[in-house]
Amino acid sequence: MTSAARPFLSVEGLSVEFPTEDGRVHAVDGVSFSVERGKTLAIVGESGSGKSVTAQAIMGLLDRRLSAVTGHAWLEGRDLVAMSDDEVRHERGSSMAMIFQDPMSSLHPFYRIGAQLSEAVLVHQKVSKQDAREQVLDMLNRVGIPDPKTRIDDYPHQLSGGMRQRVMIAMALINSPVLLIADEPTTALDVTVQAQILELIGTLQQEYDTAVVMITHDLGIVADIADHVAVMYGGRIVESGTVDEIFYAPQMPYTLGLLSSVPRLDQVRAERLDPIPGNPPSPISLPPGCVFQPRCAYSDRVAGHVCETVRPELVDIGGGHTMRCHLDADQRGQIASDVLAALAGSGA
Amino acid sequence: MSAYVVRRILSMILLLVLLSLVVFILFSLLPADPARLTCGKSCTPEIIEANRARLGLDMPVLAQYWEFVKGLFVGRTYAANSPDPVQCSAPCLGYSFKRGEEVFVLIKDRLPATIWLAFGAFILWLAAGISLGIYAALRRGRWQDRSVMGVALVGYSLPSFFIGLVAIFFIIIRFQLLPFPSYISPLENPVQFLQTMILPWIILATLYAAFYMRLTRNQMLEVLGDDYIRTARAKGLPERIVIRKHALRAGLTPIVTAAGLDLAGLLGGAIITESIFSLPGIGSLAVNSVNDADLPLIVGITLVAAVFIIVANLIVDLLYAVIDPRVRLT
Repeated sequence: MTSAARPFLSVEGLSVEFPTEDGRVHAVDGVSFSVERGKTLAIVGESGSGKSVTAQAIMGLLDRRLSAVTGHAWLEGRDLVAMSDDEVRHERGSSMAMIFQDPMSSLHPFYRIGAQLSEAVLVHQKVSKQDAREQVLDMLNRVGIPDPKTRIDDYPHQLSGGMRQRVMIAMALINSPVLLIADEPTTALDVTVQAQILELIGTLQQEYDTAVVMITHDLGIVADIADHVAVMYGGRIVESGTVDEIFYAPQMPYTLGLLSSVPRLDQVRAERLDPIPGNPPSPISLPPGCVFQPRCAYSDRVAGHVCETVRPELVDIGGGHTMRCHLDADQRGQIASDVLAALAGSGA
Repeated sequence: MSAYVVRRILSMILLLVLLSLVVFILFSLLPADPARLTCGKSCTPEIIEANRARLGLDMPVLAQYWEFVKGLFVGRTYAANSPDPVQCSAPCLGYSFKRGEEVFVLIKDRLPATIWLAFGAFILWLAAGISLGIYAALRRGRWQDRSVMGVALVGYSLPSFFIGLVAIFFIIIRFQLLPFPSYISPLENPVQFLQTMILPWIILATLYAAFYMRLTRNQMLEVLGDDYIRTARAKGLPERIVIRKHALRAGLTPIVTAAGLDLAGLLGGAIITESIFSLPGIGSLAVNSVNDADLPLIVGITLVAAVFIIVANLIVDLLYAVIDPRVRLT
């Protein structure tokens, strides 16, 4: 396959295993997805579903002595998984960048933000310190830091949470990466600031024509910004498709469960939220069959305990909309329309 | 910042006053009678009482303390009315009648050996302790980590008088790799100085390096899991910069604290090491003064050692603000 035929970022069969005292932990198992330039893929799932580990594996941030990463992550035709530590380090911060959940702890408390940003410039570009500082000022301006000439000499603790996340975004985008991975970038922020940060990411994404992988558990964000959605559960993608497919034609009971546990402001709910019962599975001891089966309300509709014994394969149900479920198409359609009707009906 | 320093220095002085008062009262409560110790075998009750009056020991404790403090600033004359008065010029830390010498002069003469010993060992143990601590942290759980920590445990548990004596026996006596230690100022004879100091430096540093290895390793392991280290890596920084610039700086604070106080403690005299290698430092002077029950000298050494600790505390606190911009000294 030539790089031209391949999507811009293409992750194929990515797996991450951690050897632990309790045995090998399969944190990510055969994850595949792709993103085009200028588009946004949202990876959705609960804590422990493997979404952050997937992101760190792509970025090469996992310690190779403590984890085994297999599969491929093609970025513009280069396989990030096959690269040496040093090669992937040169990609980090230049062609791909990442922003993290907590902007307070993600900035070094002892260095001025200008120094932390210049460092990112100087490690990848052969420019003078003065030029780097000019670039930093320009970037701080772009991410909406007021009075960047003063702020550049501030320490992180002198900035608000939203400002710090803007600084993190500036740091990520300062070398114009083609791929930006955002790991729950708004979770630690006030709601009003969340919208500003998402808007900023969206604006800069258009400006730089960047592919964005947005990791989140917040379906509200997904609906706002994503083009495609991949739902992860137990280290696997259990359903993926366009944002419309996931929101209006969900197939997998877990996706339905996520949709029903979102509070919606546009509807007056008579009932309480409907959370998914139980907890996500421990990656150390995954159920032998469908990983979602222990929490699934519909697995008894599949005859012969298939859900408990057989891992469902990822099936393409048309147009790139894939899912893993043993229920047949009629059953899924019936369940989905019931749940969606209940969601809509509760507001009536 | 400068207001802070002034305030700290003022409280430091207050602390010193209180400390010296406590030391003074404590020593006055000792059963040893300093006047009795001034004349040895030739003592008669008359001589003892005469010496007591000459030393001012017949005054109440607080009056004696006042004389002592006054002597620090303006000097002091013992037995002013007798035919042979003893002059103690400012700063007078007291007068050792046992040694016939001003306490301040005794300590001043002993200070260089102690300072050289302390600083030499300090540099050695910081270099070894921090670098090996980082090395162990980066190879956590592997054989390199285990060996470094094992060596640290051995260094930690071996008493320095034991390794000191073993080193003297093998290196100096048996294989004659070094001459017998005989302290001389580095300005006079640098070669002999180094030959004398190298073993004490290593012996003293071993004990401390073991502690700093563990401290540095634990600090690094804690810091390396922090989010900003992940950010530094996500920027594409080479690992050595991530370690040196980002992780080490963040983990430095407790190391600086320990280093400052340990160095100050040693400036008050490394008793065992100085004694083994017969270095003419504060530590061996302290041992001798205790053996002789030379009270004025003991009080003087105690106060000087306390001053080092108190000053080191201030310096450490000031360094915090340099290391961590979030620390505002107010």
